[in-house]
Amino acid sequence: MKIVKEALAGTLESSDLMVRVAPSPEGALDVVINSEVMRQFGAQIEKVVRETLERLSVTEGLIVIEDKGALDCAIRARVQTAILRAVENPVLEWSALS
Amino acid sequence: MRLRRSMLFLPGANAAMLSTAFVYKPDSVMFDLEDAVSLREKDAARLLVFHALQLPVYREIETVVRINPLSTPFGRQDLEAAVRAGVDVVRLPKTDSAEDVLELEREVERIERACGRPFGSTRLMAAIESAGGVVNAVSIARSSPRMIGIALAGFDYVMDMQTERGDGTELFYARAAVLHAARAAGIDAFDVVYSDVNNEEGFLKEVDLIKRMGFNGKSLINPRQIELLHNAYAPTGEEVDYARRVVAAADQAERQGLGVIALNGKMIDAPIVNHAKRVLQRAEASGLRK
Repeated sequence: MKIVKEALAGTLESSDLMVRVAPSPEGALDVVINSEVMRQFGAQIEKVVRETLERLSVTEGLIVIEDKGALDCAIRARVQTAILRAVENPVLEWSALS
Repeated sequence: MRLRRSMLFLPGANAAMLSTAFVYKPDSVMFDLEDAVSLREKDAARLLVFHALQLPVYREIETVVRINPLSTPFGRQDLEAAVRAGVDVVRLPKTDSAEDVLELEREVERIERACGRPFGSTRLMAAIESAGGVVNAVSIARSSPRMIGIALAGFDYVMDMQTERGDGTELFYARAAVLHAARAAGIDAFDVVYSDVNNEEGFLKEVDLIKRMGFNGKSLINPRQIELLHNAYAPTGEEVDYARRVVAAADQAERQGLGVIALNGKMIDAPIVNHAKRVLQRAEASGLRK
């Protein structure tokens, strides 16, 4: 999937996260993570984000995560929502979302 | 016999509540994709619920998803998410006729086949929210072998009846009709939500009424109501003692090959034995009434 516009998903409430995605002018995939639990879970959050992007075939874009202690399931859902909001004519492929 | 006293509504777009609601131990959790979710968050809520349903903590508790009506742009995608994620029960809102359930059933069958889920494993329930739905309650309740229950939804119903929520008089016919339809079909019946969450006395008064009428339970909007409801449905020590004696007498009669069960010189038939088992089930779940 190709990110063609900026999009947001999620909230800054506790146990949630805000995901902002934007097209990348350089064609790179940049993932920026800010989290209240960065020290304990930063690596796990990044792993979940990158896996989710990979399953959606997202290979370029700027992905900014503001995490408020969300579970992995919320991270997956918010990243997917932001990406689907940022692409042209999104089609839900459930096998890629599981 | 599955206990379904409390069905807790959870707004589908609220990540924190979806992640933690299991701790309140309702009999069923209902992830809401319909009225509790704004139009611009329908996509986000659907994906949150899709993933929350797959959390291991929800394997121990019955999961229900209230989808948007199939006539909306959201209903079919909601259903895809719920069925593919392994939901136990799909709750159809605004059910006016058996055809509404049959349309849902056809869609569920299609999705089960597409994703490889065992055929028939997705159960259904219908919320009745209109005068037409109440009048058709029997055919709705009997519409599909997948049906586990029907629920009365009070807010839209009283609007349709050109009245408003009050002391329960306004729901008198609808409660009786929905309950009878459920019992005639052999499925469960759920009462309306009680939205004044700070009015404990009013809530308990309503619970007492619907319990005595025979409802299995209520839809709830606040976790604080769960314990109150479960306690109200819990039996007394006397009721448990009697239920134990009934079940023991039934077991003894079965062992002796007797067709007639007697306790203290009185005949006991199958409905009394079944009621006694339900009493013991409630006691096991919540202890004795405090």
